Amino acid sequence: MALSATAAALKHTPLHNAHVRAGARMVPFAGWEMPVQYEGVRQEHVAVRTAAGVFDVSHMGEIATRGPRAAEFLQHLLSNDIRKIEPGGAQYALLCRDDGGVLDDLFTYRLSPANGEERFLTVVNASNSDSDFDWFRRQAESFGGVEVSDVSAEYAMLAVQGPRAVEIIRGLLEGEVPGRFHHAEGTVAGVPALVCRTGYTGEDGVELLVEPGGAVAVWDALLAAGVVPAGLGARDTLRLEVCYPLYGNDLSADRTPVEAGLGWACALDTDFVGVERLREQAEQGPAEKLAPFVFTEQGIPRPECAVLHEGETVGTVTSGTLSPCMDVGIGMAYVRADLAQPGTDLTIDVRGKQRPARVSKKPLYDKGD
Amino acid sequence: MADNYPDDLLYHPEHDWVRIEDGEGTFGITWYAQDALGEVVFYDPPEVGAGVTKDQSYAEVESVKAVSDVIAPLSGEVTAVNEAVSETPELVNEDPYTAGWLVKVKLSDPGEAEQLLSAQAYEDLLSAED
Repeated sequence: MALSATAAALKHTPLHNAHVRAGARMVPFAGWEMPVQYEGVRQEHVAVRTAAGVFDVSHMGEIATRGPRAAEFLQHLLSNDIRKIEPGGAQYALLCRDDGGVLDDLFTYRLSPANGEERFLTVVNASNSDSDFDWFRRQAESFGGVEVSDVSAEYAMLAVQGPRAVEIIRGLLEGEVPGRFHHAEGTVAGVPALVCRTGYTGEDGVELLVEPGGAVAVWDALLAAGVVPAGLGARDTLRLEVCYPLYGNDLSADRTPVEAGLGWACALDTDFVGVERLREQAEQGPAEKLAPFVFTEQGIPRPECAVLHEGETVGTVTSGTLSPCMDVGIGMAYVRADLAQPGTDLTIDVRGKQRPARVSKKPLYDKGD
Repeated sequence: MADNYPDDLLYHPEHDWVRIEDGEGTFGITWYAQDALGEVVFYDPPEVGAGVTKDQSYAEVESVKAVSDVIAPLSGEVTAVNEAVSETPELVNEDPYTAGWLVKVKLSDPGEAEQLLSAQAYEDLLSAED
């Protein structure tokens, strides 16, 4: 049960001391030392579903794209149609290789133009931050008319999520709360912030991009307003209940967005890197698809568990946990495409025990509003 | 709740305890083990009648994030499992030494107990690991 790991060389976010003060258990994650939990995963999960929680997501990377061809460039790199968002908008997309394999999933915010120049900010996974920027930079060199920069060190990021999140933010904010999938500049607890109405929990809320030096003031103000600190453990159970994919588990360079059920974020009528393969796959249908499932009896699925159907191995679990809200084992698995239909009965081999599961619709957890 | 290691138990270095009474052992995991694991959300007990072997896994306890093998401190045959923990796994966190016991075992070789640690020796081991 040795859970300790060497903390040497791990990066700290500006909120590190605040986490320790709040009683966090810190763990290594993607090169950072991050809070996995404070009071407990289940309490933090429930706080986000019923009230409001705050996650330090300062480990995530930010890439700035600007220049006369900035929009064209992102249209070329990203799977979604960037033309659909105006300044103040936000959009989810995949970053693909030529063969359609997923390099990352990310959110792009279209900022207001400065000096007549288009500006975008793309928030990427911590684990891919360096390789994403390298990909952006190399592509930008050959594309021309665009300047990309890794601005990760210029931002701390706090995700405030839950049914009470927006009301609490409104109390601390000078400025307007933006609409869903929009962002706006404002001041939160005296700190200039880019307030983004996005998140990774299935709840309403905001993500705040602030200068690193202002992060503690924002954090303290949120906690004083009753927001519960929540760690990576709850972040994972929350996203899995609503079937948001996690890069490294459900997404990888060996999988395409079509297989992952993310065709909705791929504008196949545009000309982005990897589109040919995705068009072909969308037309023919992929051999395997990512299927969300629920255990119908006891047990907890875990990544890498084999998926069986009529005694035959038909896939592999990529994410699994106990759902704190539903109190059953839930997960996602890549399975033979004909078995990815909701209602299909599967068996998951959990360390030698055969556990019955049923493919379900997304989201697995639906509060019904 | 602070860490605690009752003096009337014997300890296995893999963070398990046993209470021996009349040739029967009651097994569980230590305060340290439940704290490291976090909130226990699933306990899949062995069958009554199953054999358990000292130093080998006889069950699993799971938190939301992790699975942990539970190691038998002594050998024998399972005579009872704690159904209350299957129903309410967080008993392991709330009360690891009484309500949170995992199995009772008819010991096949009570002499094995000589290899286990006293509370003091186990606590020394924990401080050495830190």
